[in-house]
Amino acid sequence: MNNVRDKKRANKSLPFFFRTEFKVFFTIILVSTILLISTFSFDTVPPILNRGIQPATFPKGLLVLMIVLTSIIYYLSFRRPWKKEKNLPKPFFLTIISFVLFIVISKTLDFFLAISVLSIFVSYNWGERRVFYLLLVSIIFPLVVFIFFEMVLGLRFPPGIITNLYYY
Amino acid sequence: MMAPLFSSKLLLVLLFGTLFGLVLGVLPGLGPTTGGALILPFTMTLDPLSAIILLTSIYCAGTYGGAITAVLINTPGTPAAAATCLDGYPLAQKGEAGRALGMATVSSTVGGIFSVIVLVFFAPILANLAYEFGQPEYFALAIFGLTMLASIGDGSPIKNLIAGAFGILISTVGKDFMTSIDRFTYGINELSVGIGFIPVVVGLFAISEMLTQSTLLDQVFKRVALKAVKLPTKDDYKKTWKTILRSSGIGSFIGVLPAEGGTVASLIGYSEAKRFSKNPEEFGKGSVEGIAGAEAANNAATGGAMVPTLALGIPGSATTAVILTGLIIHGVRPGPDLFKEQPEFLYGIFGAMLVANVLFFIFGFFGAKLFARITLVPNKILWPMIFAVSVCGTYSLSQSIIDVWIMLFFGVLGFFMRRYGFSVVPVIIGLILGELVEGTLRQSIVIFDGNWLMFLTRPIALTFFILSLIALVFPLIRSKKIKKKYDQV
Repeated sequence: MNNVRDKKRANKSLPFFFRTEFKVFFTIILVSTILLISTFSFDTVPPILNRGIQPATFPKGLLVLMIVLTSIIYYLSFRRPWKKEKNLPKPFFLTIISFVLFIVISKTLDFFLAISVLSIFVSYNWGERRVFYLLLVSIIFPLVVFIFFEMVLGLRFPPGIITNLYYY
Repeated sequence: MMAPLFSSKLLLVLLFGTLFGLVLGVLPGLGPTTGGALILPFTMTLDPLSAIILLTSIYCAGTYGGAITAVLINTPGTPAAAATCLDGYPLAQKGEAGRALGMATVSSTVGGIFSVIVLVFFAPILANLAYEFGQPEYFALAIFGLTMLASIGDGSPIKNLIAGAFGILISTVGKDFMTSIDRFTYGINELSVGIGFIPVVVGLFAISEMLTQSTLLDQVFKRVALKAVKLPTKDDYKKTWKTILRSSGIGSFIGVLPAEGGTVASLIGYSEAKRFSKNPEEFGKGSVEGIAGAEAANNAATGGAMVPTLALGIPGSATTAVILTGLIIHGVRPGPDLFKEQPEFLYGIFGAMLVANVLFFIFGFFGAKLFARITLVPNKILWPMIFAVSVCGTYSLSQSIIDVWIMLFFGVLGFFMRRYGFSVVPVIIGLILGELVEGTLRQSIVIFDGNWLMFLTRPIALTFFILSLIALVFPLIRSKKIKKKYDQV
């Protein structure tokens, strides 16, 4: 049993800055501190209008609480290190890249083109090779979604090279 | 109670919700919470009653649907069905998949109906009690709801609290509702109205799950063949009726506790079934009592979880947090006034839950074989489609592309949170309760003229603070005990 536990917690043998718990601790503390600093730039209410507490006080309290609790979990991890997570596989990174592609295409070219590109990109990289199914997820299904939102729900999508063909 | 349901539109919504819920429950990774989040933007085209009926029927049927996958492929369709795998799959492996699913269907239906009765009786009582609540009591209650987050699931209580605090922090983005001062907007106009529920909910549940699925592509499911679902025999009923009733009670009680839900209920229901069983050695090897204990409890939690949601506006589980979001975006304010001013709305929901339980019994009994086939849809086709629906649904709410960016951001964040042991449910509950916590705190401070100790002079508030303390300490003691047992082994 102990061998299994030691194996699972191999994370402990790494230098502290490579350990998962340090990375998580560092990220939360860094983000919380930046947000905490930004709360000092919030406008304040003049004392005569101020009922109760200033608008910045509540978020400040929350951020301090998050920093304290994160420090506690990091401290506890010295006694009980977290198990090492498996490395992320290639499809995960490709899916993240597809999100970036989606943002770029929807911002510059067309919202629905972005959905189609993401769908075919994800489906292909997740292992789909059959042309019909690739067409289904990238063209037929987004088209059905577009028609449903446009005609049934009466929604207007942002203009773009493809949506303009329909709108104008 | 059923009168508001006698309209063809509502019955159609109920039928669709139950079928859709079953499909969601069957698909591992989806489930009623993610499904509810996905369908939330579409509910904007419905009237409030239809919208909430749709969401509640998805909740009831989705919770049961998880059992089908748990029994046939040893993968819980929903987290609440995790305990069902323990005995459902071994029984299916023995060639008794039909018997296992029959027991799961009957006990889920009994548990669900039992919990609706609890809901009908207890929600108005709790709502009446809430008339005694002022701002300090609501603040203490919200704190109690948040501290209950510490015991959600099997994650670290402290990590859950961090996630809850983060959820409240998100609710502070935008114009301060008391002074109209911008907070965390950084000059982005769209953020001054705050971060909407739907982009966060869809991102944290659907998009983060899509990323999780991208890491599980090499997973292979072993499927057990199913001929037909069989009704339990007389012998099975004799063996399990006490377990079903006990688990229904446990599930309803756990459901009522703020922030707890079907997952906790089913685990406790299962372990109690084992504790009271005459044949505990059969558990884990295909015991019908094990299936009954887990399934009755997780479905009983559905009605229980609706009690604090409707009576106090405090979500009883992750899916009821989505339902609460649905209520809020439709302009329905849960709480005692809802019981007084819109009883027909509430009875519509109660009736819908009752009918949904009967419907999923029928669909489950005759259609489990068909629903099980849905799991054959490959992820490489399913998830790009879910992405398209998520993006359009999120965009549709306020026709803002910023909402889509926010959804993607929370999707990536949710993935990493889950990877490192942070549950995403506390973020949603924190986001929903955030305004209540801050608003009631600030108003209480005004009432108390800045004297924080005055909170302790209010008996109801004091009780909630003591309960909060217990809720914080209990998971720590529990995890220490588990560790001690683990070390002994």
